[in-house]
Order: sequence, then structure tokens, then C-alpha cells
Amino acid sequence: MKNPQLNKHGELQHLLTTEGLPVGIIRDILDRATTFVDISDGLEIKKVPLLHGKSVFNMFFESSTRTRTTFEIAAKRLSADVVNLNIGSSSTSKGETLLDTVDNLCAMHADMFVVRHAQSGAAHFIAQHVAPEVHVINAGDGRHAHPTQALLDMFTIRHYKKEFHNLRVAIVGDVLHSRVARSQIHALTTLGVPEVRVIAPKTLLPAMVENLGVQVYNDMVQGLRDVDVVLMLRLQNERMQGAALPSAQEYFKYYGLTVEKLARAKPDAIVMHPGPMNRGIEIDSSVADGSHSVILSQVTFGIAVRMAVMSMLAGTK
Amino acid sequence: MNIHIKNGRLIDPKNNIDMVRDVFIAGGKIAAIGAVPGGFVATQVIDASGLVVVPGLIDLAARLREPGYEYMATLESEMEAAVAGGITSLACPPDTDPPLDEPGLVEMLKHRALDLNQAHVYPVGALTSGLKGQELTEMAELVDAGCVAFSQADAPLTDTRVLMRAMQYAATFGFSVWLRPQDSFLAKNGVAHDGEVATRCGLPSIPVCAETIALSTMLSLARETGVKLHICRLSSAAGVEMIRAAKRQGLAVTCDVSMNHVHLSEMDIGFFDPNCHLSPPLRSLRDRAALRAGLQDGTIDAICSDHSPVDEDVKQLPFAEAEAGATGLELLLPLLLKWARQDKLALPDALAKVTLQPAQILGLDAGHLSAGAAADVCVFDPDACWKVEPGALKSQGKNTPFNGIEMQGKVRYTLIDGKLVYRS
Repeated sequence: MKNPQLNKHGELQHLLTTEGLPVGIIRDILDRATTFVDISDGLEIKKVPLLHGKSVFNMFFESSTRTRTTFEIAAKRLSADVVNLNIGSSSTSKGETLLDTVDNLCAMHADMFVVRHAQSGAAHFIAQHVAPEVHVINAGDGRHAHPTQALLDMFTIRHYKKEFHNLRVAIVGDVLHSRVARSQIHALTTLGVPEVRVIAPKTLLPAMVENLGVQVYNDMVQGLRDVDVVLMLRLQNERMQGAALPSAQEYFKYYGLTVEKLARAKPDAIVMHPGPMNRGIEIDSSVADGSHSVILSQVTFGIAVRMAVMSMLAGTK
Repeated sequence: MNIHIKNGRLIDPKNNIDMVRDVFIAGGKIAAIGAVPGGFVATQVIDASGLVVVPGLIDLAARLREPGYEYMATLESEMEAAVAGGITSLACPPDTDPPLDEPGLVEMLKHRALDLNQAHVYPVGALTSGLKGQELTEMAELVDAGCVAFSQADAPLTDTRVLMRAMQYAATFGFSVWLRPQDSFLAKNGVAHDGEVATRCGLPSIPVCAETIALSTMLSLARETGVKLHICRLSSAAGVEMIRAAKRQGLAVTCDVSMNHVHLSEMDIGFFDPNCHLSPPLRSLRDRAALRAGLQDGTIDAICSDHSPVDEDVKQLPFAEAEAGATGLELLLPLLLKWARQDKLALPDALAKVTLQPAQILGLDAGHLSAGAAADVCVFDPDACWKVEPGALKSQGKNTPFNGIEMQGKVRYTLIDGKLVYRS
């Protein structure tokens, strides 16, 4: 089956998922992002003209402030024209089909769509139907994938740990409903991390998750032993209604990241979270704000990684 | 009209015939096989040299979408598709709008179908009023109107007391109850098999136990009530094993599988192909192998097309939002032949799953070509290759996981009650 995110030359045409993304392309994105971190840090120039004259449409069918904002900043720093469409509250509620919306936006000569949608596979669906010159970036589709989040996580890990081949990484929390977890798992295994663990109660793990190349732990204390990186996941409040969990309090007691539990990890372990955090539910404030936390670096690097992806897709070569 | 089908390879599973034999048709019936009957003068001769002559196919699940969903398909388009697929009898589930829960609706459907002069249509009546799972329908009246069995289609029936009463009432009259086993709580919002692919794709899933729990309830109630139970569209290895055990214990249960599930698995979802959004979901390769084994050892009695034409507006959507179902009438025969080739089955054994066996489940004297039987005949070219393309299908539903796939086996002639209704 043809990889839907690569063109016939094996170059990135869309960024839809980290699954099946060649390791060379992942490394190129991370390397390119490094150059943008320097730009963002330098006070004089924050803007480069790589996407000058290009139109980037942020199509958010599901609300998100943070991700949309970072994509918008990234596009603007690349000198693109950015259009934000909050589609959840416009056309689809008037009965327009997703394909009609896509066709209309293509007719406005968009160069790139940044898509967030509540349904798994929505970004693939849109990528299959856009005009051939349009690029699609998946900014999160259902439970399936959130590749730019995973790539910025990889960037952050590389920044602090330098290498991937000697790491033990634990992903903690609601793996079942998490697009972030899936994308992290594929990115980590592709980059050669020898041991990826997932830690969660059985109600928050999908069937046969071990087939993704991870080790499953139901006990967080055991699962965190000697890990180098702890990737926390956000817990949605709805999980209590769906009978997946009894209470936030019990969840925090057994699966919330506290200083005591983190003591099982390596002394130089880093703690990450895709945000927004539920303090006191999946992570204790003393950890979130503590010395192991690199959560704010993730946000900063997120802009650089998104600049890297956008410029690789549509930038002047 | 006297028709002489000559030089064809006649396959009739019921009469154990698989050899070149001429078929003589007169007065809408099979007049004779082999030797020309006395006084027979053919008004039409069909040269079936190199072709296979079989009883017309009988499909246990074909949605014609009338009444209520004419925007998806009409009786005209789907009946044309049926005969193009060599199907001469079909049972249609009650999941229309309104559901087939009143004699008037059934009479209307039968009447419309009769006017079209094509395949015989056998409506399956709603087991409960409005398929709501609360009150029984007037089953005896519905049978008088033309229903051949009763079903909930894909609508849930969670109240086991209602289900037991429905079975008892049906058993009173000797009616069959057809049920698709799926626990509605476990299946809630699910769109794919609870396995590797759903996990990878992040699709809400339906575990196998949704099927086995419902099946266990249905089998227990069938034992309790003595109803003739037919299980529709089995999907899992565990389900096959339960039916096998029930049959071994002597329970009068029959079951079918959809042709899609004979050939496809969760792997075919690939990159979210909405054409593979089916109900029940495509399960693992292991499940598919068990379904095939169940067909071979007789645990699964019949194969249906599970024909569900869906229009593009509701199919061309992200996987979970896309309407479940695929068009199937015109693919039933070539996919049956493909299965027979792959599993090295004798053609008569394979064909029995779409002729003789479904006829028995429906309680019809059909699905065979004995002298005196209705002349419902399909003549196909076993070697002709064609490619599945939306434009090549008569059905208004163009959605199928087999789009673009090369098929071997093409219907040349379809006869119903001795009348030639299709030729290509």
C-alpha cells in the first residue's frame, strides 16, 4: 500500500502520522528545527521568508487554543499568510459536508491545511481529497495521531538526552484515547529507543497495545524504575463518566506522577507533558514545576518543530 | 416460451450433478435435464458451451432501501443489480424507514417487486414494532402479507424478556427468528474490531465478546423456546465455535456469514478506507480463517452478500462517521468462485452456500434444478475477468472494498421462472 504522506520521490507530501515515517525524514525535521530554535532565541530576527506568499489554513474542527496558536506563530515566523477557520462553529453546522469544505478551501488557493478533527483518520481523508499541490498537516485526529506533538517531544528528548539508542522511556496515562501516545510510540520506536513502556490501568489501554512495540505496566512504581524519560498524558474528565475510572483521587494516588514515584526513575530523568495539565490528577505540581520538568521547553520547541515541518512541506527549496 | 440451455456444465448441488447436461425449460419450470422431453420445441436456444449452469443464487441479506431510503437505492436499481449478479431470490431485512413492521408495508414491497418482474423478494419482517425492541409485531399477519422470517436487523434488543417472548410467539406459529448477535453496550460507538488495527488507527472498537455474549443469550433462549433460530453474519472465531457446539448438541440453529467477511479482515482498513467500515466489523485474520473453516465443515450454512448500498455523501467521510455497509449483489458470485479457488473447494460445495442452503433456511423449494422446479437459473462464464469499477455496477451503491479488484466469473444469463431477465 502506498504511504499516503510521501510523494513518489519519497519526500514528505503531508504530515499525517509518525507511523511509517522514515527515520531520515524524522531526523531532517529535528535538525531543521534546531536552526529555528536559534532564530527564535535571537532577538533581532524572528522571521524568515521561507513561506513568503504561501497561505496556511488552520482548519480546526475541534477547538484548541494552544496547538492552533503554535501553528499560527510558526507559520507567521515563516512569513506565511495565516487564515484561522473555526469550522466547528461555521460550515459543517450548516450542513456542508467535509468534502465540500475542503473543495471550497482548495479553490481559495490554499497551500497548506493544518487540520484538527475529532475523528481518527480525518487528516488522511482530507489528504486523499485535496488538490495535488496542497499539503496537509495533521494537528490531531481523534485518538489516532498527533505527529507534530510527538516530533516536538522527540526534539525535546534529543535536546536533553542527545541520543535515543540508550534510553528507557515510559508513557503514563490514558493511552487508549490518546493520539499523542500513539504518535510518540511510533516516533520512539522508529528512532531506535530500545525500551518503550506504557503505564496505565487496563481500562485505559487499547487491545494488543504490545504489538506497537511497547512493554505494558499496570503498576506505575514498577514501570518507572530506571527510566530516562517520563511522558505524561492528559486525563480527560469524561473518563470518570464512561466507567473507565472510579475517581480522579484514586487515579492520582495510583497513576499521578509525584516526587515519590519519580524517585524510581533515573536521577537525571526528564518529565514531559503535552499540556494542558491537570495538576493534582495526572501530575503533582511539585513535579510539574520541579527540576526534572521540561514541560515549558516543549512549548518553545513546539514552534520550531512546526516551522521545520511547514518549511519542509511547502518552503522554497 | 420453451428454452433449451445446451452444452453447459450443469452444477446442481441438491441433485449431485456436475457434468455437461442440457436443460429444458417449459412453462416457467424445469421440464427436463439431459434428454429432450417429448414434444418439446425450443423457442429459444442458449448456447452454454464453456459456461456453467447453476440454480439462481439466493441471497439472505440484501437491502433494497425501500421504503424510506430511496436516495440510497431504489427497488429498480437493486433488482437490476441482483439479476446481473445471477441472484434470483433475495431476502431483505426490515431495516427500512419505516421498518417492515406492518402488513401494508410488506404488501406494498411485494407488489412493487412483483411489478418489476425480476428476482423473487422475500421480506423479513420486523420482530418488534418499529424495531424498538419493546412490543411484538403482528407476526402471523405479516406472514400472511409475505414475510418469511422475523428479525431485529441491526437494531438492539436489550430486553431479554421481550426477546424470549418474541421467540415463544414466533415458535407458536413455527416462524423463524433471524438475529445478528451483537451486545449493544459493548458495541456502543465501536466501528472496528478490538484488535491491532483499531489500536493503531485509534478507532473505537467492538470486542469479540460483544458477539459471543449476544450469541450465548440467543442460543439459550432458542433452547428454552424451541424457536427456529437463524444467526446472521457471524464475524468471529469464538462465534463459530459456539455455533459448532450448539449444533453438536442438536440445537436447530443455522447461520450465515457475509461474503465480505469471507475475504476481508481488519487489515484491509489500511489507511482508514471507509468502504471497509462494515457491520459487524471486519475482524482478525484468525477470525477469517475460522469463518472459512466453519463454512467448510458445515457450521456456517450459507453466505450472503449483506448488500448495503450507501450513497457517497454518507460514505465519503472519515472512517467512523461513514455509514457502515457495502454494495454486494453483483460481487456475490465472483467472490464465491474466488473463495472456492483459494480454498480448493469443489464448485458444487461452494455453490450450495448460495443456492441450496439459503433456500432451506428460507424454507423454500428453490435453489435446485430438479424437473418440475421453478426455472430460476444462472448461467455464468467461469473464466471471464472483469474489474470492479463504480461504473460497471448496476447497483446505485458504488461503495465496496473490492473497488479496483479484478474478478473472475461473470454472469451471462439469468432466468427467473423461465424468463430471460438478464444477459450480457
